[in-house]
Amino acid sequence: MNRHLISAGDLTKEDALLILDTAEELARVTERSIKKLPTLRGRTVVNLFFEDSTRTRISFEAAAKRLSADVINFSAKGSSVSKGESLKDTALTLEAMGADAVVIRHSASGAPHRLATWVRGSVVNAGDGTHEHPTQALLDAFSMRRRLGGLEGRKVTIVGDVLHSRVARSNVLLLHTLGAEVTLVAPPTLVPVSVGSWPCEVSYDLDAVLPKSDAVMMLRVQKERMNAAYFPSEREYSRRYGLDRDRFAKMPDEAIVMHPGPMNRGMEIAAEVADSARSTIVEQVANGVTIRMAVLYLLLGGETA
Amino acid sequence: MIIKNVRILGGELVDLRVSDGVIAAITPADPQAGAVRGDRPFGEEGDGGRPAFGGPAAAGRTNGVAGGVVGDAAGERDDLVVEGGGAIALPGLVDLHTHLREPGREDAETVQTGTQSAARGGYTAVHAMANTSPVADTAGVVEQVWRLGREFGHCDVHPVGAVTVGLGGKHLAELGAMADSAARVRVFSDDGKCVDDAVLMRRALEYVKAFDGVVAQHAQEPRLTEGAQMNEGVVSGRLGLTGWPAVAEEAIIARDCLLAAHVGSRLHVCHVSTAGSVEIIRWAKSKGWNVTAEVTPHHLLLTDDLVEESPVGAYNPIYKVNPPLRTRADVEALRAALADGTIDVVATDHAPHPVEDKESEWSAAAMGMVGLETALSVVQEAMVETGLLDWAGVAQRMSVVPARIGRLAGQGQPLEVGAPANITLYDPSVRTEVDPSAFASKSRNTPYEGMTLPGRVVATFLRGRPTVLEGKLV
Repeated sequence: MNRHLISAGDLTKEDALLILDTAEELARVTERSIKKLPTLRGRTVVNLFFEDSTRTRISFEAAAKRLSADVINFSAKGSSVSKGESLKDTALTLEAMGADAVVIRHSASGAPHRLATWVRGSVVNAGDGTHEHPTQALLDAFSMRRRLGGLEGRKVTIVGDVLHSRVARSNVLLLHTLGAEVTLVAPPTLVPVSVGSWPCEVSYDLDAVLPKSDAVMMLRVQKERMNAAYFPSEREYSRRYGLDRDRFAKMPDEAIVMHPGPMNRGMEIAAEVADSARSTIVEQVANGVTIRMAVLYLLLGGETA
Repeated sequence: MIIKNVRILGGELVDLRVSDGVIAAITPADPQAGAVRGDRPFGEEGDGGRPAFGGPAAAGRTNGVAGGVVGDAAGERDDLVVEGGGAIALPGLVDLHTHLREPGREDAETVQTGTQSAARGGYTAVHAMANTSPVADTAGVVEQVWRLGREFGHCDVHPVGAVTVGLGGKHLAELGAMADSAARVRVFSDDGKCVDDAVLMRRALEYVKAFDGVVAQHAQEPRLTEGAQMNEGVVSGRLGLTGWPAVAEEAIIARDCLLAAHVGSRLHVCHVSTAGSVEIIRWAKSKGWNVTAEVTPHHLLLTDDLVEESPVGAYNPIYKVNPPLRTRADVEALRAALADGTIDVVATDHAPHPVEDKESEWSAAAMGMVGLETALSVVQEAMVETGLLDWAGVAQRMSVVPARIGRLAGQGQPLEVGAPANITLYDPSVRTEVDPSAFASKSRNTPYEGMTLPGRVVATFLRGRPTVLEGKLV
């Protein structure tokens, strides 16, 4: 594996399977009453969050703590960053503090790549702009594998704002690597013009794709898209691309419903679908901690454990 | 002054006698005296592939250094003897598109350092863009920049006047006052911003007819490029960077060509970057409309793949530029257009930025690249080495035509007896690694760092006075 985890595209099939298998082992630990492992004792993990994301930060924090790492949370809000400190200076500061890994969330695509040129420790991308969110894709793959038994040849449908979605980019790359067949469904305004070069299919017709799906992943529609002419109205979006009860009924009986959260209930997903037994949404959160443990373990602790 | 053993546009070896800033005589070089035949007069390693300047016959090594002074350097200028060493002599280069940053951003560049950079790149005249602070939208500002250029004397500085007040796109600046000022402005541009209001653009095109001006448009439809970071295509889609569609450039160019035709004025299109733009300009020219266009060296060589994969890492803002780097197909179309004359000139869009404005995440970084000191080498690499242009073609596109578009009387003249001695001596036979720390420019934001490029400017003369000798500023 690389020293950093910045793009899901950097992972070979062997890398990805190693992470998933490691997570499977670690999951057994988290089912015990005492969840903590000593593996990363004395190592420092910095959560460097330039964007608010309590969910992802807590997930990484829990993962690092369960491996006994020291965790420093560095939030851009109220820090020197809001006073104009550059990403480079922040990186050099963390470097001076001896960070073994930096988990970075940033609103600018590519910020983790830049950070990796300035720090010696491992860089883990916890979401960069509209680029990637590789641990989300890993936890999604982990969740699907647990429910579906395997990913080879599985049909995964990803629905929503692909253009601005780091979750979609990472999922397309990782699922392709793992042998799944991905179909993106969105209004044409919300897929990149170059999507034809991606290793997946694209459809504008959700109803046609649903009956052939093993897993359906709904993406959050960001508020700022709603008034920027990507689609006429929330209601129209919901009618054409929302996963409501009627559409849910068109899915095969064993097919699962996923969402990276946070959800707009009633917009891209109906409440009864989100809360159904075939929804993995809550599992995804639990699996997030496990998969991030696996990533930190493999990047930092690997062979010593 | 005598400049010995040079090849005008790559032709026969000649000696140039310069007197009172004018070429007084051109005589065949004495084959014995120069002793450059069959040798590497600069003492550099041969590249093994190309014949030496002087042809195959071997002879003794000259003591002269190309662009070096053989005679008494301390004496009168007329006593100078400069050994050309077989270098190619071009009419002094003229840049239609330079950002000198003064006034306002003297941390990035000044008129002094920018013109030193220009001289080292072989330029004898530059057009200084108007997006300074304050904006060059009044006679006062353009005269200040023009005077600074004269004072330092490294090359002529011709300020470009803003089309609209403060580059605001709302009200015409006092174009006539700038035209009538000591700076005699003929090129007007809101470069960095597009004059997107169709009525305002029409009026500007009409208005400058009164003094034979030209509007140089930065073609970028603003709504289509809100938040745009790089060329919209395969790479931007993968990288999750907001796309900068080709159509945003092409739509404005098409509109402006039609406007220029309608009002019978002169339009110049800045930094053309897409294959589609080339097609539109070719069509406009086929109609006989008075449209000219420029391309930057970087758009002739670099592509948007570099944002994803490069020796300096992914998302490195050294490649962030406006208009953005495009695809290989665009580069090929731009080269072909420059070769066939659809694109008239090469202009550098030299855009200096201090380190901190580039050393950041991509979206926070400034757009632009320095280019004056690498332009000729890049053009050699992209156009000459590929067989698309000869040196006469290079001289047309980097000196003669830009001077004509800018209405500069004393620049861009063929190197003939009686012409002003604005001369660039260029040795195309060497290949060297680009070393930004050696730049005269105050800024180092070059995308070519570490790349090996052909050729080097060995000497530059401004009206007979050397501004660069032996590759160094005088």
